[in-house]
Parts: sequence; C-alpha cells; structure tokens
Amino acid sequence: MVERRRLGNIVPHLVLWIGIAIVAFPVYLAFVASTYDATTIANGQMGLAPGPLFLENYYRAIFVGTSRSTREPVGTMMLNSFVMAMGIAVGKIAISILSAYAIVYFKFPFRMTAFWIIFITLMLPVEVRIYPTYKIVADLGLLDTYAGLIVPLIASATGTLLFRQFFMTIPDELVEASKIDGAGFFRFFKDTVLPLSITTMAALFVIQFIYGWNQYLWPLLITTKDSMQTIVIGIKKMIVTQDALTEWQLAMATAVLAMLPPVAVVILMQRLFVKGLVETEK
Amino acid sequence: MQKRAVFGSRIVPYALLAPQLAITLVFFYWPASQAVWQSFHLEDAFGLSTEFVGFENYVHLFSQPEYYRAMWTTLVFSTAVTVLSLSVALYLAVMADKQLRAAATYKTLLMWPYAVAPAVAGVLWLFMFQPSLGLVARGLRLWGLDWNPLLNGTHAMTLVVLAATWKQISYNFLFFLAGLQAIPKSLIEASAIDGAGPTRRFWTIIFPLLSPTTFFLIVVNVVYVFFDTFGIIDAVTGGGPAKATETLVYKVYSDGRLGGDLGGSAAQSVILMFIVIALTAIQFRYIERKVTY
Amino acid sequence: MASVTLESVRKVYAGNVEAVKGVSLDIADGSFCVLVGPSGCGKSTLLRMIAGLETITAGKIRIGDRIVNDIEPAERDIAMVFQNYALYPHMNVYDNMAYGLRNRGTPKPEIDKRVREAARILAIEPFLDRKPRQLSGGQRQRVAMGRAIVRKPQVFLFDEPLSNLDAKLRVQMRVEIKRLQRALGVTSVYVTHDQVEAMTLSDKLVVMNHGVIEQIGTPSDVYRRPQTRFVATFIGSPPMNIMEGIVEGPNLVSVGGSLLPVADMRADLKADTRIHVGIRPEDVRVVEDGGTAFRIDVDFIEELGATQLFHGKIAGDEFVLQAPTGLIAASARQLALTVDATNVHLFDRETGQRLGQVDP
Repeated sequence: MVERRRLGNIVPHLVLWIGIAIVAFPVYLAFVASTYDATTIANGQMGLAPGPLFLENYYRAIFVGTSRSTREPVGTMMLNSFVMAMGIAVGKIAISILSAYAIVYFKFPFRMTAFWIIFITLMLPVEVRIYPTYKIVADLGLLDTYAGLIVPLIASATGTLLFRQFFMTIPDELVEASKIDGAGFFRFFKDTVLPLSITTMAALFVIQFIYGWNQYLWPLLITTKDSMQTIVIGIKKMIVTQDALTEWQLAMATAVLAMLPPVAVVILMQRLFVKGLVETEK
Repeated sequence: MQKRAVFGSRIVPYALLAPQLAITLVFFYWPASQAVWQSFHLEDAFGLSTEFVGFENYVHLFSQPEYYRAMWTTLVFSTAVTVLSLSVALYLAVMADKQLRAAATYKTLLMWPYAVAPAVAGVLWLFMFQPSLGLVARGLRLWGLDWNPLLNGTHAMTLVVLAATWKQISYNFLFFLAGLQAIPKSLIEASAIDGAGPTRRFWTIIFPLLSPTTFFLIVVNVVYVFFDTFGIIDAVTGGGPAKATETLVYKVYSDGRLGGDLGGSAAQSVILMFIVIALTAIQFRYIERKVTY
Repeated sequence: MASVTLESVRKVYAGNVEAVKGVSLDIADGSFCVLVGPSGCGKSTLLRMIAGLETITAGKIRIGDRIVNDIEPAERDIAMVFQNYALYPHMNVYDNMAYGLRNRGTPKPEIDKRVREAARILAIEPFLDRKPRQLSGGQRQRVAMGRAIVRKPQVFLFDEPLSNLDAKLRVQMRVEIKRLQRALGVTSVYVTHDQVEAMTLSDKLVVMNHGVIEQIGTPSDVYRRPQTRFVATFIGSPPMNIMEGIVEGPNLVSVGGSLLPVADMRADLKADTRIHVGIRPEDVRVVEDGGTAFRIDVDFIEELGATQLFHGKIAGDEFVLQAPTGLIAASARQLALTVDATNVHLFDRETGQRLGQVDP
C-alpha cells in the first residue's frame, strides 16, 4: 500500500467488523428468539444471550408446527422448498444448456428468431404477468402441485445466455477435431461440451437454487393447501402483524431454518456463487 | 454469434429447443399477451362477459390519485434503497480493498445475506422493530420516539427500506470490491507520487474508474427494488398502513387479488412491462459500451 | 495410403467472397505437399475443404479413387493437426489420442497398442496421464501429432502446426515432422505462411496468392525459376530484388544504364519494352569496376553473423546484397557488381508473369 501509517490500518478493520456485526445482528437476534418461550418474547424480556429452549423449539417447529396459523410442520415445508429449488435449478440448467447448444452449434432456419424469443423473456418477470400466468396454471390443473411451482419458473433467458456465452469461448477447432475423430453432435455434446461446462453448470446451479428456494410471490399464489407450502410462505403465515399472540419463538426458528440451506450453499460454494453472480448479470 | 463449424440437421436443433420454447410460449408469451388483451377490456363482476373498452382502463388508472401515490412510493423506496445500499457497500468495499489478505474473509462474512429470502429478511427486521416486543423498537421508545410501523406510514417505509437495504448490501459489496480490485495498483501509486492524499485520490482516481460498476449497480438495484422486494413488503407491511408502502408491483398484486379489477391490474402490468423493457434497454446500452471498451 | 487430387476447386463464401478461385492440384501418394502463401490467400480454406470442414462450392476433391465432396470428415480417412492443437482440455493425453479410435469402435487392445506406439515414437510416454494444460507447447504439439498418427490415416493434414511455438522449438519440430513423414510414408498436406518451413519440408511446393495457385514445383524449381514476380519475392529471404529495366535486344536488358545479359528470356520481346528485372541478393558478385558491372551506393550494413546484408540503391530502386562476412570491406561506400546471366529473372510489369522461354 501507498500509506505506511500503522495506526491508520486499524480503522478499516474496525469499520468492517462493525459492518459485519450490524449485518449479522438481525440473524443473531432471530436465533436468540428461537431459544426462548413465547411469553418472555411477548413481554419484551428477551435478553441478548441464547435461552434454554433451543432443542424444544426447533423440535416443535420441524416436526409439529405452530398451534394456530399454520398447522403444517416446518419439515414438510422445507421438503417442499427443497423440491422446488432443486426442480428449478436442475430444470433450468437442463433446458437452457440444450437450447444454447442448438443455437450455437446448429445452423437452421429461424435460429435467430428462436434466440430472440428466448431473449425477450428477460423483460417479462413473473410480477408483470401474475394473474394471466396464474390462470394458465389453474386451467392446466397445476395448482398445489410441484409441477405448478417449478415449470413456469424454469424457462428464462439467463441460463441460455450464460451457456451460449460459455460455448462461444470453446475453440472452433475442438468441434472440428471431434468431427474428424468421428464424433457427431451427440457425442460432441456428451464427450466434450458437457465435461467442459461443469463449472458453468455448477455456478448456475448455485444461483438458481437460491432463486428457487427464496421464491415468494409465485408459491403464494398457486399453493392453497398447507401441505404444499414452502418455508418462505410458511414464515409469513406464522406472523400475524396485528396479533400479539404470534408464536415468535417458532417463527424465528423457522426463519433460521429457512436461511440455513441457501446461506450454506453460498458460503460453501463461494467461488461458484461469485462466478455465477458475475456471469448471470453480464 | 455462431461457430464456424456447425452441425447440419433438420430436426435436431428444433428438438433441442422445444422444451424451452414450449415453456416460454405457454408461461411467458401467452400470459403477457393476455395481460395486454385484458388491459383493453372490461370484465363484469361475475366474469361472464367482456367488452372492448380501448384505453379506458389506462385513462381510469391515470385518473386515480392512488396510482400516482404508488408511483411516488416506488420512487422514494427505490431511491432510498439504491442510495443507502450503494453508499454503505462502497464504503465497506473501499475499507476491505485496503486489506489485501483479509479482503477474502470480509467478503465471505458480508456476502451471505444475498442468500436470505426477501420475505425472511422482512420478518427478521419486523421482529426487531415490532412496536411492543422488538428490541430496537423498545430502545427507540426509551429515547422518546413513539415508534409504530403498524400505524405510522413513515415508520413503515423506513422499516421496509432498512430490510431491503440490508439484503442488497452484500450484492453491491461484491461488485464494488471486484471493481476496486480490478483497478491497477500502478494508477494508485502514480497518483500518490503526484501528491494526492487518500481522500483526494478516491474522488479523482478511484471513483471515476469505478463509474461503470456504479452505473451497472444502480440499474440492477432499481430492478431489484421494483420486483424482488415484493416479499419484504408483503411480509412486513402488506402495503400498509393506509397503502403507505404500496409500490407499483404490490399494487398490481393487491388490485388484482383483492379488488378483482382485472382490467385495471392488467393495464398496470402492461405499464410495468414498459418500465422493465426500458430498464433492460439501459442495461444493454451499458453492456454494449463495456464490450467496445 | 492415397493420392489427393483437386479438380477446379472453388470456394465462395456468403456475400460472394471468393476465397479459392478454381484450384487444380495432384498430390502423389506418400509425398509431402506444402501450401504456402500470405494470410488470406486461401491455403487454409483449401486444406479445410480437403478435411471436409468446409463445403466445396464447385469442383471435385479425390482422396485415392474416392470423390469425397459429400463425405463426412470422419469418413475421409484423414487426420488433422491444428494450429492451436485443439486438444480436448478435459481428457488426458492417452484419451486425447484414443478418442477417435474409440468412436470408430476399434478394439481396446488395438487402441492401447497404437497409442503406446505413437507415444513411443513421439517420446511422450511419460505424459500419457497428464492433461493438456500441464504440458509445454512442444509437448502439446507432439500430442496433436500423436492423435493424427494413431489413426493410421491415408492423409495427414497440417494447418500451420508450428506457428504457436518459439523459434528454436519450431526448427526442431520441423525436422521431426519431416523425419516422421518419411518414416510413415503417409501423404501429407501442410499449410504454412513461413517460406523457410515450406522450402525445407516439401517435396512439392504450392505457392498461393489471392485464391489461385501461383506456382507448383519442387522447392528448388520454385526458388530457381519463379514463375511470377509474387513467387520471386515471396520465396527466399531476404527477398529477390526487383528493379525497373528495359529490353535492349535478344538476351540483353539494361538496369540503370548498365547492361545485363539474360539467359532465360522470351524471344518475342521487343527492344525498349519496359520490364521488371529480378536478382537474388546472394546471386551477385563484387568485381573490379568496369565491363558489364553495375554499381550500388551502400546505405548501411546488417550483420547476420555468417553473412552480411548490404542495403543500397540502384537507379532509385532498393537493392540488397548478401555476402559471406568479411568478403566485402565494411567501409565500402560504392560497390561494382556482376551477375550470371542464368540468375537474372525477367517479369512482365503488368501481369507479373515470368518472361522466360516458353518451354524451359
């Protein structure tokens, strides 16, 4: 560094740790709340150190559920969220790698038309077409099904653009060498494109898993049964803003459980996460 | 755009494209065109008959003070979140950039809120600021502030802004840090030799070099506030109190669901579509420029 | 093994860009043919058409007795070495070489035998388990060669295979390629823009420019009797000197006032016709002034070690002379030169065609 003042170096560290503490505080508080009983929380007597009811509250949240607003245990909700997140991530990767392969490696009439049809979906987020989409899913009889949760969300331009961009970096000579080595489009895809795309697929997976797990508006609309609820919807339903009798300890345990999988994915697959984030936004 | 060496086949490329195109057409284009169609029609209360009404839904929309209010709310909300989260993130990123080795650790410790669902983030902040039992709310009351986001619109807006900002800092921090680390160290050293102090250096060298990142983040943040904060608003305030936190997107949702005004809701959707198209176009202008650099 | 025959082959790209304008060429079985020319001359396109990587707009390409115009690259029984090697980055060296054989359903023991044999010939046995990125440029080059060898093809195609290597390695690999080709006796077509590579490797040298063949011949043919001014200046380093000249009579021209006898000159050239006269830098001798000598004014000298280049001017045209170091005093300001009549080349000023006897 250009500066040599030794003391000057402590200030940035201090600032950063304060920043980290502020960012982490809401989550810490949620964790603390998830270890107390409802009365202590409701009376505002909760302290800053964890309470005694950690196991009991989490057991109740996961296996029993709240007594009032949602009767479904969080275990089921987590399973729903997991199925939805996996379905969206895997489905998106599968359909977008195929479409990108077609667009990059084949020459056919309406190739650019197909590309634009996919590309324009970037401009049609679910929020701008909520009710008509809802109606189609309802007409197809997909309300309260996993298919209804997943399928409408797996088509978007992001994945196709990402794979297209990656394919463009594969040297042309590799296709030519494959052709001379007797590989057709299928073998080239299986033996060369897929193995080379693993990092890109993993990066896309991380981003899409988080996207799927955190979905709110869509599952809110198309799930009516408690048994099909995702955990993010479940939390919201546990909290009745006007009602002092919200079971905050269970709501907070659920919040902690809802954060755990995506946060773990981000931290454990940090490198892929950053790659995915940077590349999907290009 | 395409490879020099390609495969020739009549059927295969269409088969490869079929799944994506089918889903796109059924769940994107059909509903979007439905929204456009509905925005020009009026449906009676029982949904039995529809009537073409031209631009009446739009005219009606723009005659409602609530619609202007939602626009204003959206503007305030997005400006507040963008400015707050960008400045906090930039400040932290500049601090972290100076710590060569520790920067990676700080990155890990600051980036995880990205993974928290907006609705969950909303619930976390709601809990802290819940008037009767929230830790922060009680603290504010001790200071003599009668904090109540359930009744006071400004308080509700503040809370929503805080939760949305909290979640967005991590994303902005990552991009700012990457932008800072991409600035050649020789430039900083050259300006130090030219006698510029740290503050002056930041404003005359670093900040201008960071401007493409900043511009990109502004667009991304505006898009984020428009669409991805739906969960936060629904979980924290439900658009209230008295529609004080009802953004354009939230209004589409509540008008269509609670009011049953499909034509009006559709007209709002169409306007939103134009906003997204405009934002995307701006984003692509930026990318184009980045490419030609 | 097989010969390769091209009959009026043309390639027109979209937008009416004609990359190859009717090329006919016979490449004998087992011979080493080098296509050389500046970038954009169509040599790579021609090679890629032989490989089947480009469609053929018109004309016929035969490999052996088969017309291969509509045959897939994999079925043409060829192997290709690419400029950037095009090794599969995710496969190790062994798999890179075995891939083509596996796709053909060659039995495993046979694949193993061939891969190991190729690895032995190319001295890459210690690297069989490594990935391409763990290899040096020269080693990657060998793997690319190995991938071609294991296939035991009828024809080897080389697309500037040495241009990504540093100068020293390039010379070394050049020798190895030649040796290998001799040993295996496989018909080879080799594309390069480097005329030294072209001269040293080829049995048959094909010089191309603007999509047409300028000359076909043995390296010494092409060097000694360039058929066009383009070939004369493209082959040889430093290039042949080209000067303005005037026909003085049968087998006699003048350059800057000095008379030069010419051995190979078209009989019907009229006196006073303006022509281009070409003389290679190494074909002149310094003489005592007088007689048929012509003079150059020396500007500066380039040292090449074994030889020296004297840069000067003759009647306004640039002239370079190459001589063994020490033969000419470095202090010389003016030199009187002479050249054998057989080493004077005449070219048409407009068409660039050689103005030699019709049937040499």
